[in-house]
Amino acid sequence: MEGLLPKIVFIYLAVVLVVTSLLVVTNRNAVHAVLWMLVMFLHQAVLFITLDAEFLAAVQIIVYAGAVLVLFLFVVYMINLRTELKIHNFTVFWPAALFVSVALVILAAQALKDFRAPQPVGDMTPEAIAKVGHAKLLGKALFTEHILSFETVGVLLLVAVLGAVVLTRRIRMIRGEGL
Amino acid sequence: MWSSLPSFVAVYPETLLVLVASVMALVDRWVTRKAVFTWATIVTALLALALVFLTQGTTFGHTYAADQYGVFFKTIFLLVLFLVALLAPGYNRLLGINFGEFYALLMYAVTGMMLMASTQDLILLYLGLELMSLSVYVLVGLLYAELRSLEGAMKYFLLGSFASAFLLLAMAFLYGLTGTTNIEAIAKALLAANLSANKALFLSAALFVVAFAFKVALVPFHMWSPDAYEGAPTSVTAFMSVGPKAAGFAAMGRVFLIALGAAKTEWTQLLVPLAVLTMFTGAVLAVVQTNIKRLLAYSSITHAGYAVLGIIAGTKEGMAATMLYLFLYAFMNIGAFSVIVLMRRKNFLGENIFDYQGLSKTHPTVALLLLIFLFSLTGIPPTAGFIGKFFVFRAAFEAGHTALVILAVLASAIAAYPYLRIVMLMYMKPPEKEVEISLNPYIFAGLMFAVTGVLLFGVYPGPVIDFARACCTGFLP
Repeated sequence: MEGLLPKIVFIYLAVVLVVTSLLVVTNRNAVHAVLWMLVMFLHQAVLFITLDAEFLAAVQIIVYAGAVLVLFLFVVYMINLRTELKIHNFTVFWPAALFVSVALVILAAQALKDFRAPQPVGDMTPEAIAKVGHAKLLGKALFTEHILSFETVGVLLLVAVLGAVVLTRRIRMIRGEGL
Repeated sequence: MWSSLPSFVAVYPETLLVLVASVMALVDRWVTRKAVFTWATIVTALLALALVFLTQGTTFGHTYAADQYGVFFKTIFLLVLFLVALLAPGYNRLLGINFGEFYALLMYAVTGMMLMASTQDLILLYLGLELMSLSVYVLVGLLYAELRSLEGAMKYFLLGSFASAFLLLAMAFLYGLTGTTNIEAIAKALLAANLSANKALFLSAALFVVAFAFKVALVPFHMWSPDAYEGAPTSVTAFMSVGPKAAGFAAMGRVFLIALGAAKTEWTQLLVPLAVLTMFTGAVLAVVQTNIKRLLAYSSITHAGYAVLGIIAGTKEGMAATMLYLFLYAFMNIGAFSVIVLMRRKNFLGENIFDYQGLSKTHPTVALLLLIFLFSLTGIPPTAGFIGKFFVFRAAFEAGHTALVILAVLASAIAAYPYLRIVMLMYMKPPEKEVEISLNPYIFAGLMFAVTGVLLFGVYPGPVIDFARACCTGFLP
């Protein structure tokens, strides 16, 4: 019965992840939604640990639960959003949307019955990871093979910041012109 | 350790664009003569084009391949950047958005497109797509004191993010099946494991179709495009009607023809109905439009339907035809938008098609230019539009999609009506109101360049089609 405990842990994590994700998007109180996201991030970190990815788990806690979430909270407090707006045009189609979502999940489930996991590829076997260590292997892959992706993420963040500046600057300009 | 640093030569063009764009965004406050940015963009586009041709090769452990296929698409993107930089200054000054960040965001978007065209890795494909989309979302929303601009940007942003989620899901399934994100390794793994009839692979292909259909605006995933095109500043509309679309097709070529080559019958049967639906919906809905920007939005939906025929053909000839089509489409569509930009005055939108009534009497040259661009969009010889359509239809026909080609010809007969209606208004109706033209040297040069391209490649397309074929030779067997 040694396979039972990991299974129970996985099922617990999966259920909590799905339920908290739903709570994040359905909760009308923005602060509560962000806090549910914290619960989700923590469970995700545990999921990484069960997959023997300790480094990712640590990063998940430090970056997501630590930094990203605090930023989210800052934004929520800054815009002073007590409760979410309810706009009729957006909510009127929910039965159709629910139908489509459920149909999509059923179709995906049907297709995934055929799913077969491949033979492991590449040089990052579990033995190699255990020998060299996660952080080192990950860093090496990130800064050789995937360095262009890494740099692109940097540019992407720069564009996000620039976009925010451009759009708020427009507001100042319009006010300045008295339009 | 330094000896293992990979070579960056293949990404010199992208690096140049990012550097210039960042500097432009940074120094905008100190530069009062904004024409500097226009010139910087034009020079950078030309320099980058030269670098694209000079620096080729695969780098970063086969995640990035600056190959011939990429070169052709990068030529299209830089051509679009060049034409839009010529079209934008006068119009942008009128609306108060002629600042460095505008050109910087254009360049960041082009960088993302170039990464999409040359990527060999699904992760990089996704990041390139996001870089492009994020820049364009901001550009669409630049005028957001106007309600319709805000609406367009919001719809584009929400639906675009939704499409990105589909793309990630498709990639996740493909990774789960093959254990790699490298496009060529995926193709090999699918063949080796004999997965072509696998239902999970079919699901992944279907999700890819949905994601790319959003990006190139195929019906029924086109809902965002008329609103976004109408709401965006016209200089941005001209850019996004060609650039991101061509980038979407570049990524489609890499994903469908190479990575999912083993599942060709599966994704073909998904794309064929979409193509038919797209051509007819776009053509029929264009008929009832009275706003010329919306009309061109539906027209660009129809044109995406034609261009996808080359992908459906799935052959070397088909891909070359799609590439040729997109190249020629850049000239005629940006040309048509340049004329719309000319009509804009401070308190006059110039977007209603009845504003063009009798234009041949008041401004004969402008009317003639618009006539040439509209004839080209219709596909009347001797313009470039005819050549583009001819090669795409022929490639699909030779690949055995006869019924599809017949339907495409029927759709293009319907699609001719809205274009010819504008021509009729310009040439056969008396002018009703006084319209003024806001001409400046930049847009004059841009219009001349575009009209030369449309007429030259309409009569003498040989070199371009040969170049497109040569670019596909190493790409497809």
